[in-house]
Amino acid sequence: MEPSIGNKRIRFLLAKIGIDGHYRGTLIIARALRDSGMEVIFLGPWCKPEEVVSTAEQEDVDVIGISTLGGDHLLIPKLMDEIKKRNLNIPVIVGGIIPPDWEEKLEKLGVVKIFRPGSDIGEIIIFIKNLVMNRRGGG
Amino acid sequence: MTKEKLNELLKEWIKEYEEAIKRVPERKVFVTPSGIPLKPLYTPLDLGKDVYEHYIENIGFPGKDPYIRGVYSSMYRLRLWTKRLLTGFGSPEQANERIKLLLEAGETGINIPNPSISMRGMDTDQAAEMYDIGYIGLYGANIDTLEDLKIMMQDIPIDKISVNYSDEGPFYTIAAHFALAELRGISWDKIRGTTNQADCLSHWASCWCFVLFPLEAHLKLTLDHFKWCIENAPQWWPLSIIGQHMSEGGATPVQEIAFTLASGFEYLKRLVKMGISADKAASRISAFFNGNIYLFEQVAKLRAARRIWSRILKEKFGVKDPRARQLRIHVQTSGVELTNKQVLNNIVRVTIQALGAILGGANSLHTDSFDEALCAPSRQAALVALMTQHILSEETGVADVIDPLAGSYFVEWLTDEMERRALELIYKIEDMGGMYEAVRKGFVQSEIANSAYQHFKEVMEKKRIIVGINDYIIEEEPKIEYPKPDIELVKKQIERTKRIRRERDQKKAEDALNTLREVASGEKEGSIFQAVINCVKAYCTRGEVVRTLKEIYGDGKPNFYF
Repeated sequence: MEPSIGNKRIRFLLAKIGIDGHYRGTLIIARALRDSGMEVIFLGPWCKPEEVVSTAEQEDVDVIGISTLGGDHLLIPKLMDEIKKRNLNIPVIVGGIIPPDWEEKLEKLGVVKIFRPGSDIGEIIIFIKNLVMNRRGGG
Repeated sequence: MTKEKLNELLKEWIKEYEEAIKRVPERKVFVTPSGIPLKPLYTPLDLGKDVYEHYIENIGFPGKDPYIRGVYSSMYRLRLWTKRLLTGFGSPEQANERIKLLLEAGETGINIPNPSISMRGMDTDQAAEMYDIGYIGLYGANIDTLEDLKIMMQDIPIDKISVNYSDEGPFYTIAAHFALAELRGISWDKIRGTTNQADCLSHWASCWCFVLFPLEAHLKLTLDHFKWCIENAPQWWPLSIIGQHMSEGGATPVQEIAFTLASGFEYLKRLVKMGISADKAASRISAFFNGNIYLFEQVAKLRAARRIWSRILKEKFGVKDPRARQLRIHVQTSGVELTNKQVLNNIVRVTIQALGAILGGANSLHTDSFDEALCAPSRQAALVALMTQHILSEETGVADVIDPLAGSYFVEWLTDEMERRALELIYKIEDMGGMYEAVRKGFVQSEIANSAYQHFKEVMEKKRIIVGINDYIIEEEPKIEYPKPDIELVKKQIERTKRIRRERDQKKAEDALNTLREVASGEKEGSIFQAVINCVKAYCTRGEVVRTLKEIYGDGKPNFYF
């Protein structure tokens, strides 16, 4: 399965926002997505939500993925605000540790999917592929 | 004669075994997390030489070279390992309450984490403004000023109990600890504890925690702090070389040994260059390893690490004092190995991880709480984690005899094999110019990232089974209590920090920061750490101290590889 649609490869912006520094899971996801054929842009740790959104815009990415741990989910509302402010239409998916009472909150803010630790990587890849395919108007 | 006989009997057994697995194949490929293939059975023949000869040359006695059987001759018969749980949720007030609870429940050492806000060098009021108030206290109490530490350590006899602080350069919290001792009239030579995050090479190699400045600046702060402790705090451990981050980041146990000890050699070389004798420097370095669940490799890891350290210190560094060659080890049970599903199973995992640490002769132990994969420990979960250590020490008898697994053909063979593989990697790093170069070039980061990815693939392909994650899945979870920091106390702390900044003697604070600036930039001779202590005493905040140093050293951002 080659996760590219038409001639254009899927461009995926992976980001860690906030202040946590643990990155094992983030790098694994980055590598797994890259190995599946996607173009992965990873900005490293401690990104500000505005920085992530402006990069997403400049780089014309298909999806923003936020890898979160250690309380950094607290900044996702700011990220979603920033996307709205700029009138962008880029879907956001989130992976990592999120308190259960936040899941609904994030979905209401427009996060399209939350992957908890232990999620199957094959399912994540298929999800992203379908998401992009639907948005690009069918495969 | 007897060797030939054994060989003959072994061949007979192997024949039987091979026939058996022709009928029913083995249930999987047997290989340790370090990638060491395992035979079905080990015998004295695997030791490579006569059993007695092997014992005398490679094993020896507890408290004697090469310390494979433990650093003290008496080990747990006289004194158990220090039971030391990471503690410090919420505000300093809440942390104080939890520390007292655990001490009352039989904890014998204190272990304070640095929450992520402090790791980023920020004060609580700044973080609440820049980010979100929800961060404050989430994974530990922040120490913005001396006042916060006073509250956190209220009624705690810091002249009697050792405190381990997860604090990175500029070691603000530890500076506050020494300032607090001064306030209480306790002389610094009575203060016991460990600076637990001085090993900046490990942070660069495997996580982005504890990173504020460029690596060179962190190295400078670490060595400066080390020197201060030698001169002023004889009972304080200024540097613990850390494998725990690297292991949690994905390093295999063999890589963990090699990278940790190679870091130790790098610091030693630099300390000797500063004019500190190798004997003196080595006598103040301890180690911090991960507690993994793969039991026998965990035991062999700690045993092998002590032997390599002792031998290389003797042979390459010429360390003469036997005590200086003893590697004292703190173990923290692995959090990565715990699951967010069927969380009560984590109690069993932590028990086995802790057992491995004890059988490996650890000197100090933190046990994770069963809710580790979800949140900071609840009161109940923290108590279970501590009681797990009590059950191991009091009920199981595993601490009754020193190094009880010694002489197991398998464990001794595995210890030798891990040592051989770790040494190969250590020599490779030496060839690259040492651990600093290996980290600067990204070698260590790539090795760890590769191991992490390999492990991930094995779990995804079910070559490695994790109960509740890729097999034995049930959709039934116990109700988990998610502890929340007391928001009123958090607000109180924010107000406290603001008030202190407003009401302190401004001239004194400014002077202290100026001196810090001069000493840190090299304009003025002196100890940077002492200058930080003086800042703390003048009620400069953590954020101010870090900002002052950032103006000199700049920001740090480690490179990454995937």
